[in-house]
Amino acid sequence: MHAAPQARRQRAFVIVGALLLAALASLLVAGMTGSVALHVAELPDALDQLLHGRQDSLAASLLALRAGRALVAFVSGGALALAGVMMQALLRNPLADPYVLGISAGASVGALLALLLMCAAVTVDASALVGAVAVSMLLYLLARRDLRGGVAAEGGASQLLLTGVILSSACMALVTLMLSIAPEGQLRSMVFWMIGDLAGASPRLLPWLVLGGGLAYALRNARAMNVAALHADAAATLGIRVGALRKGLFLVSGLLTASSVTSAGAIGFVGLIVPHACRFAFGPDHRVLVPSAVLAGGGFLVLCDTLARTVVAPVQLPVGAITALIGAPVFLYQLHRLRA
Amino acid sequence: MSAIATQKLTLTVAGRVLVRALDWQAGAGECWSIVGRNGAGKSTLMRTLAGLRRPDAGSVTVQGRPLADWPLEELARQRAYLAQSRHDAFAYRALDTVLAARHPYHADRYWEGSDDHEAAMRALDAMQAAHLAMRDVRTLSGGERQRVAIAALLAQDTPLLLLDEPANALDLAHQVQAMSLLARLCRDQGKTVIAIGHDLNLAYAVSTHALLLGDDSGDGGWFAGPASEAMQPARLSQVLGHPIEAIEHGGRRIFIPQEFQHE
Repeated sequence: MHAAPQARRQRAFVIVGALLLAALASLLVAGMTGSVALHVAELPDALDQLLHGRQDSLAASLLALRAGRALVAFVSGGALALAGVMMQALLRNPLADPYVLGISAGASVGALLALLLMCAAVTVDASALVGAVAVSMLLYLLARRDLRGGVAAEGGASQLLLTGVILSSACMALVTLMLSIAPEGQLRSMVFWMIGDLAGASPRLLPWLVLGGGLAYALRNARAMNVAALHADAAATLGIRVGALRKGLFLVSGLLTASSVTSAGAIGFVGLIVPHACRFAFGPDHRVLVPSAVLAGGGFLVLCDTLARTVVAPVQLPVGAITALIGAPVFLYQLHRLRA
Repeated sequence: MSAIATQKLTLTVAGRVLVRALDWQAGAGECWSIVGRNGAGKSTLMRTLAGLRRPDAGSVTVQGRPLADWPLEELARQRAYLAQSRHDAFAYRALDTVLAARHPYHADRYWEGSDDHEAAMRALDAMQAAHLAMRDVRTLSGGERQRVAIAALLAQDTPLLLLDEPANALDLAHQVQAMSLLARLCRDQGKTVIAIGHDLNLAYAVSTHALLLGDDSGDGGWFAGPASEAMQPARLSQVLGHPIEAIEHGGRRIFIPQEFQHE
């Protein structure tokens, strides 16, 4: 009647294996699709050239461009989905997302300020990071009581959530202010940044390191996250260091969000819809949920970005518009299935 | 050595003293009922005993060792705690919630072993909840959820059990079944059970001892002792703020609250 432990393990391997293949397939699709479609037969040769640091053929150059962008999409999507899983476990609320605490709003303030002052792209990224970190630290200071756990009042992290929502609104007020005084020329890039756009994103190593570190932390604490999601403060009576876990989840999910927002802008819905869909399909056990959300989130954003640059080509849409267009109905569907 | 003891333990909530200088201990094989009116500090005391709340003065020791000196994981193999209520945000299966209680035995492993599954199924079986194992906990009724929660407590397999209203939401048959099971754990396996309950008859039937919290003075008074001595009608009337009579029936003591006099 009940799943034996071996069966559970096998099921987890099957799920993660299948998602890994799906993620690779999404990267392949992204590499082949575009204004000039590549044939499967051209891929091995082009890939071989890239690996040897050459771009002799058109296929190789196209693949280099598309793969670079697809990899940024993958790492951003994976980071956002993982941050979403962690934030939902931290707040014990399946409707939380990485942006709910205002970290992306803080990044928006930083990025838009840099765009307003017509800074270089690197400065915009750095400024976004500063904004995200500043909001995180402010939040940490204001809601220390909730993050400590154990002795906190019953009801979990309500103070953290409320503080985050208010900080987020304050940041959005600053954003509105900057948008209203921005010159016409800057407006388009500012709006695109806020919706989330991968057009100008350049592949870098740092987001991969952040994602790798975040994934390692989440896998290490997957069981503790299960216990904390079930019991809140009382998880301490099962040997969980609730305070340390909450701080860890807060810091790591903040880092993941900041890293993703910095390289791709404030792409919405990925951090909400992907963990939600994975939980819906594979169950709430974080030991399966964490790796599957990372793979599904990465693959999802790669496909959305491919869609964003091809659907009305040569015009490129911001990928955030696509994720929201797909995410909103999917989310509503799941929500009503749950309530039914 | 006492399984759990308090030394001059004082609990204060919002400037009001709930419990003053509680010197108390519970040994192996003892089943304690905590009795008191609403707001007397029963749950606050239970959370303090479980280590979820710091004492405002005094200390709590488990097996003679102060709570703060216990590594959390080791302590989790010594005492289990049943919260008064729970909020299920995620669609865990009942079996998952019971398996989670095995966490303190192997926090370093990624997956549970088959022995954990056996322990979990045994615990569910003991609470007559084996058929609920694969159910989403959010779809269970209040009483079913409570039985699964008690099963998780049993699966934790600790010598000391702290239960905040274990009979909550259970129907009559399961109330008697659950409380008898707890009494049996004390009698046969030498466990120590501390439980909060509002049903005096049930409490008297299963407990060896009782701890009464609060009295007319409203100054954190308490009384601890063997059930037959602590649960005297006069004392209970004072603690609960309502006249209570007791009758002996077939070797059992039955408590009856006096009816209000209509004027």
